[in-house]
Amino acid sequence: MTKQQILGLYFLDARGKLIELAAFLDRVERADGKDDFRIKSFRAALTKLSGKQNQKAKKVLIAFSDPTTGPIFKAEGKGAVGAFRGVK
Amino acid sequence: MRYIEPHAHMVSRTTDDYERMALAGCEAVCEPAFWAGFDRSAVEGFHDYFSQLTEHEPKRAAKFGLKHFCWLCINSKEAEDVKLAEEVIAIIPKFLECKNVLGIGEIGLNKNSRNELRVLEMQVELAAKHKQLILVHTPHLEDKLKGTRLILDVLKNDKRIKPERVIIDHVEEHTVEMVLDCGMWAGMTLYPETKCTPARAIDILETYGTERLWLNSACDWGVSDPLAVPKTAIEMKKRGHLANAVEKVIFQNPKKFLSQSPNFKIT
Repeated sequence: MTKQQILGLYFLDARGKLIELAAFLDRVERADGKDDFRIKSFRAALTKLSGKQNQKAKKVLIAFSDPTTGPIFKAEGKGAVGAFRGVK
Repeated sequence: MRYIEPHAHMVSRTTDDYERMALAGCEAVCEPAFWAGFDRSAVEGFHDYFSQLTEHEPKRAAKFGLKHFCWLCINSKEAEDVKLAEEVIAIIPKFLECKNVLGIGEIGLNKNSRNELRVLEMQVELAAKHKQLILVHTPHLEDKLKGTRLILDVLKNDKRIKPERVIIDHVEEHTVEMVLDCGMWAGMTLYPETKCTPARAIDILETYGTERLWLNSACDWGVSDPLAVPKTAIEMKKRGHLANAVEKVIFQNPKKFLSQSPNFKIT
C-alpha cells in the first residue's frame, strides 16, 4: 500500500490514540503521589517513538520488558503488570 | 472464506460462539489445555478437564459442523506446585490415545520461575517420549521477552525436538524473529487489549512473510473475541492482500502444521 493509503486507513485511529495517550499523561501528572516503575517505563518507551528509525513497536515492547536472563526463584502470584518492576 | 481457529478455549465459551464461528467460515477449532482462572486442588480436576476436552467438547462443536481438536498438559500458571504437576503429567499418556488429541500444549512459562522451567522440561520430555507436537504459551507483557528466550533454550537443547513440530504462541514484534530464526512456527494472538491487534499482526506478516505463521483468537473466559481471526482476514483484504494470501494464513498454514499429527483430519 502507498503511504497515502495507509494514512487513509489508520490516521484517524492513531490520532485518537495519541490524544488518549496525552490525556493519560496529563491525568497522571495532575494526580498526587510519586511516580512508580510503570510510569517510568512508560516515559522511557515514549522516547522510542521519535525519529524515522524502524521497529518502533519492537523497541517499545523491549522498553517494558524484564531485561534479566535467569529464572526467578519462585513465582509470587500469576499476573503481569505491563512493566518491569526493577526499572530505575 | 474458510479458516481454522488453531487456539481457542471453547470450554469457556457459549454455544452461540460456536454458531457464530461456524457462520464465519470456521471449519475446525483446536483447544489447548489451560488455566481455569483458579488453581485446581488435585489431579482429579485435571482428569475431568481432559475428559471434557476429549469427549464432551467435540460433541458440542459437532452440533455446528465444526471439528474439535485439543492439546493436553498442565499449564504454566499451575506449575509452581511440582508434585501436582508430576501427578498430572502421569495421567496424560492415556489421554494421548484419544482421537482428537494433537499434542502437548499449551506448555511454557508464566512468571519465568525455576519450578515453571522444571515442569516445562518435564513436559518437553513427555512430548519427545510420545512423539507429540508441541504448542507453547509464552508469558505475558513484561515477562514475554525473557520467557521466550528461556523456552527456546530448553527446546533447542533437546535434540529430539524437531523445530518444525513446535509452535510458539503469542509472539509479538519483539519475539517473532527469534522464533522463526529457530525454524519453529509462530502464532499471533489477536486480543483487544494485550498481545496483537489485527493491524499489528498484519504488520508482522508484511515484515516477516507468511511462512510458519498463523493467527488465533485464544478466546477464553477473559477479554477476547472468538471472531478475531475472520475479522483480521477482512483487515488483510482492506490492506490489499489477495484472497489466496489470506487463505494461506488463516487456513493453509494451520492445516500444514497441524497435519503433522495423524489425528488432524479435515475435509
